[in-house]
Amino acid sequence: MLTYDFMLRAFAASGIVALVAGAVGYFLVLRGQTFAGHALSHVGFAGATGAALVGVAPLWGMLVFTLAAGTGMGLLGERLSGRDVAVGIILTLALGFGLLFLNLNTSTTLQATAILFGNVLAVSAEMLGWLVVLGAAALAALAAIGRPLLFASLQPELAEARGVRLRLIGTLFLAITALAVAQSVQIVGVLLVFTLLIGPPAAAQRLTSRLWPGLALACGLALVQAWLGIAIAYYSDWPVSFCITVLSALVYFAALALGRRT
Amino acid sequence: MSAISLDHLTLSVGGRSLLSDISLDIAEGAFVGLLGPNGSGKTTLMRAILGLRRPQAGRIAVFGEPVGQGHAAIGYLPQTHAAPPDVGLSGRAFLAASVAGHRFGLPIVSAAARRDIDWALEAVDGVALAERPFSAMSGGQRQRLLIAEALIGRPRLLLLDEPLISLDQHQQHVIVTLVRRLSKEFGLTVLFSAHELNQLLGAIDQVLYLGGGAAVLGTVDEVVTPETLSRLYGTKIDVIRASGRIFVMSGGEHIEREHHHDHAHL
Repeated sequence: MLTYDFMLRAFAASGIVALVAGAVGYFLVLRGQTFAGHALSHVGFAGATGAALVGVAPLWGMLVFTLAAGTGMGLLGERLSGRDVAVGIILTLALGFGLLFLNLNTSTTLQATAILFGNVLAVSAEMLGWLVVLGAAALAALAAIGRPLLFASLQPELAEARGVRLRLIGTLFLAITALAVAQSVQIVGVLLVFTLLIGPPAAAQRLTSRLWPGLALACGLALVQAWLGIAIAYYSDWPVSFCITVLSALVYFAALALGRRT
Repeated sequence: MSAISLDHLTLSVGGRSLLSDISLDIAEGAFVGLLGPNGSGKTTLMRAILGLRRPQAGRIAVFGEPVGQGHAAIGYLPQTHAAPPDVGLSGRAFLAASVAGHRFGLPIVSAAARRDIDWALEAVDGVALAERPFSAMSGGQRQRLLIAEALIGRPRLLLLDEPLISLDQHQQHVIVTLVRRLSKEFGLTVLFSAHELNQLLGAIDQVLYLGGGAAVLGTVDEVVTPETLSRLYGTKIDVIRASGRIFVMSGGEHIEREHHHDHAHL
């Protein structure tokens, strides 16, 4: 299995993305913003298909759209919180535009299923390089705001009183989330980002009540899911993303059953 | 020196004036109950003291200094709805997040921070909460933890916003007694907002009653009178004292009880 270059690239790419998704997702779950992650990936779909339409790699369109949407959501901040219907309609609109862009695209190189469900086995060497760069950027940014982000997530009003700028931190975090989403889509696709971004951190938070072990577990679970998923797919010939989603669901429900939180 | 000094303070929210032209001084070390009808500006006053809301006019000084966001001398307990209920992090991790939480960088807990956390947990008799997940704590335990959090950084002034909300009567008594002890032990000035005066009777030195844009500070006997409260509420108020308790009534209705009821449904 490891004698093929494309398999090695798949393991490397999914490994990087799993670490980023686990760490970023931990805070998404903590902040109760999992829906925002979901919405960003759908907005990214319009970006990815739009980019393909004008002859740019889907990753860049994805990145531009998710970053713009993430920053916008962050700046609207409080006014957007609890507006699930508005966010839902915008993400549906984005999917609609994605469909339009796909329709307008006459070239046959773009595969809708690859964007919707991911295609980790097709990651090129160049793409792998970009995933490393984007992953490092996302983790570095997250490390930079980690402390105020944690404080603001747990006790926003107290954090504000102590001098944390909530809107700045919230906006930076959603921009980081946009990076993580754009990368996750390369592995599991627009529709399945929850499987890496939310499943492992949610399971980890059920299993430990400590911060760093929780973060490590979130990253570790995402990594194991991604790698095991690829290995199972290799031997079974099932789609990789399917295998990862099954593992993610198994891990999450096992964590619910085993969780020490009462 | 006064702990809190309001000088011709006017506060309004969304164009509606909550407090107008208030001047008063709260002495250092005083335990002050903050009371008044819903929407009278209790939370807004606390946020103004924290420097989170600019007054329309007048000045606020805390220990002689003008207020500003991130004042080290102030410990704050916001209303509980702010805390996400489903957080599985332990009490210790919860407190650790607030130690130097305004600084950028990784959330690493230093040895000094760990000592601060241990000290704060001990101060509130909450050592047992260190390993308990926040989501598994009772209402009273959460308030105890949040009081410990307010103590981190060794403030001289505590602003506690409705810490008794959604607690049963026994837990309310436990929390009030705890705050009283902390106030004595560390010489803390405390501003403690509540819905019912009776929850605080016997513990507080003074009461600060807000209503109708006005504010009156004094002992319970000075402030809780039919004349003063009728003025603040803008309606005829009766004050009935019975078996060590004080009932504030309007047209035969127990108005504080009613507020409490309202809140239970929020």
